Amino acid sequence: MSNTLLISLAVLGILGGILAVILYFVAQKFKVEENPLIDEAEACLPGANCGGCGFAGCRALAEACVKQAAEKGNIDGLACPGTDMGKVAAVLGLTAAAFEPKIAVVRCNGSCQNSPAKVHYEGADICAFANTLYAGEGGCSKGCLGLGDCVKKCNFDALHIDKETGLPVVDPDKCVGCGVCAKNCPRGIIEVRPRGKKDRRVYVCCSNTDKGALVIKNCSVGCIGCQKCLKECPFEAIEMRGNLAYIDPAKCKACGKCVKVCPRGSIHAINFPAPKPETPALQGAEPVVKPQPKPELVEVKTEVKPENTVTA
Amino acid sequence: MNPIKTFPRGGVHPEENKLSANQPIQDFPMPKQIIVPLGQCLGAPADCIVKKGDRVLTGQLIGTAKGFVSANVHSPATGTVAKVDVVMDHTGYYKPAVFIDREEQDEWVEGVIQTDELLTEIKLDSKQIIDRVKDCGIVGMGGATFPTHVKLMVPEGKKAEYIIINAAECEPYLTCDFRLLLEKTQEFLVGVKILMKAVNTDKGIIGIEENKMEAIELLEKTINAHRDLYKGIEVQPLKTKYPQGGEKQIIKAITGREVPSGKLPIETGCVVVNVASTYAIYEAVQKNKPLIERIVTVTGKSVKKPCNLRVRFGTPANLLIEAAGGLPENITDVINGGPMMGKSVSVTDFPCMKGTSGILLMTLDEAQDRRQTNCIRCGRCAKACPMGLQPFLLHKVAKLNDFDETEANHIMDCIECGSCEFTCPANIPLLDYIRYGKAKTGAIIRARNQK
Repeated sequence: MSNTLLISLAVLGILGGILAVILYFVAQKFKVEENPLIDEAEACLPGANCGGCGFAGCRALAEACVKQAAEKGNIDGLACPGTDMGKVAAVLGLTAAAFEPKIAVVRCNGSCQNSPAKVHYEGADICAFANTLYAGEGGCSKGCLGLGDCVKKCNFDALHIDKETGLPVVDPDKCVGCGVCAKNCPRGIIEVRPRGKKDRRVYVCCSNTDKGALVIKNCSVGCIGCQKCLKECPFEAIEMRGNLAYIDPAKCKACGKCVKVCPRGSIHAINFPAPKPETPALQGAEPVVKPQPKPELVEVKTEVKPENTVTA
Repeated sequence: MNPIKTFPRGGVHPEENKLSANQPIQDFPMPKQIIVPLGQCLGAPADCIVKKGDRVLTGQLIGTAKGFVSANVHSPATGTVAKVDVVMDHTGYYKPAVFIDREEQDEWVEGVIQTDELLTEIKLDSKQIIDRVKDCGIVGMGGATFPTHVKLMVPEGKKAEYIIINAAECEPYLTCDFRLLLEKTQEFLVGVKILMKAVNTDKGIIGIEENKMEAIELLEKTINAHRDLYKGIEVQPLKTKYPQGGEKQIIKAITGREVPSGKLPIETGCVVVNVASTYAIYEAVQKNKPLIERIVTVTGKSVKKPCNLRVRFGTPANLLIEAAGGLPENITDVINGGPMMGKSVSVTDFPCMKGTSGILLMTLDEAQDRRQTNCIRCGRCAKACPMGLQPFLLHKVAKLNDFDETEANHIMDCIECGSCEFTCPANIPLLDYIRYGKAKTGAIIRARNQK
């Protein structure tokens, strides 16, 4: 019995030894010379292989960076949307352009309350399919279908559908702004925007380019293209895309004036501090166009009421 | 009577429910304002050529075809253009449309013969017929709304041997084609002759499912009574099986030829035209009447008066439902078309169009999606597929977004008949996923071909 054990151990041991030697020489013979910088650069990247940079994966981006650094001495034009490329540049002994963190923004607020369901959808839970079938439960043909194509595609678990509103919610801590969700939204509702200073951003939370009358029919918070914000903006940051206002993040200084004049509450201001107690917001008051001291506010559909903004 | 034929592979047999089969066609009065959508065919919507305040006559051209696969749109009534705006169609999307405030009296455009007299002598030649079909904006009226003149233009090097008239009407509930065959038999047969002349063939075959025996007998009697006039036209009874009226299925059943994957029916020497389109072609060629009306079946088990109505385009569908006894209380689904291929609508006041073959009302019991369970690998969907595809596989790979696999498994050959979903014991929405996969795969193939 012990004999069998010893023989098999010996045979396997010798066999293993011989194969190890052969493999060593084979490995030496077919060794691929690779720049160790690639590994180092890759270590700086998130490793999610989301494709947001335009390459097949993080390693492909790292390879491209190393290659371009060797050829041109810079890594301009190569960027991971979710990481500060400065780290990669440092590894390669270069400096990268300033990193501007980005975040996905859902430009629709047609929740179950704001755009009540008129029809009921039964079928495959794919936005891209439902988009070909009908306008949506609330009737808005540009609004969120709420079936979660963006959620399914997100590599960072940064999106989920809010059960109460039926709309996708972006988790600001997890979102890296890679834009996979924006690419997969059949209605182009999701936009990747700069996070803004102190994470403060102002954007139009609607994607409907239809005429105002058609928007009002289906949604209580949709942009009707009245252009009040356009006239109010001191920085000319707002442009009209069809009947939809669009705030250019490059020009916007987050002053929040547009938020106050919007009669529909379609413009959202995120992460602004709460109003000071001595100037309470006039809840529910009608927006008045131009009295001498500017009225301190109107009803705004945002998480936080902007305040610090009036002086800008 | 010829022996009954059928397509060999797959198919299902849903309950026929032809509730309105005995209801004669009634003229439906037009409302005060009609809304004519400019995109009534499969291809690009027509360009509007009228403006607010213009007075239009019945049959006047109001939209010109844009592009190759597109059809003209004519005014279905006499009146003044109230506005050119958008209207919500059955899907809930806004589409461009012309709003016309109607006058009481119909005033037709010049050159239209308004009598009901039967004109059997075909004066136009092949080219003129096709031009007339194009000018009159005739499309496939079975529901797909493919412009008919494109079908009739036989490409160089091909020969059309048969004109096949698709009178199968295999969709349950719908009876508009059946009623038309019974009431306009002679006009229809002249229409077949016109089509035969248009593509230069002497063989015309009318394929009808055997559950419409009345129509088969009437057609045979009429053909026999006027042998010289309708020479070359044959009636071919087909087995009552869904989707007998699928273009590829009816060609296979009648001629035994199979349309190659990814090719058009003309490869087999066949041109397939729907009954309503054939009648519209008769009206267009013999009477110069553009396509401005069609027969719509309004039906459903709980509908008080299922009926077949002759409707001018642009009439809101809810008026038709009123005419059929109103919307019953327990209705949850309103379907544009038949129960197998029709689509649920988002609004009931959508305007009737060239492709509106039926309006079907269904109760919760009939229409509700049953609880979905896991696939039990029974293979019924593959057995039911008339194209010989594997719906269970296509469903799965489409769900995984694996579009190489969907293409390799011939998703583009799917005719979207819904037999697989109908037969699935696990109530899986197979067709939804296949349609999704087909749309995505098609887009990928088109993008690749453009490179």
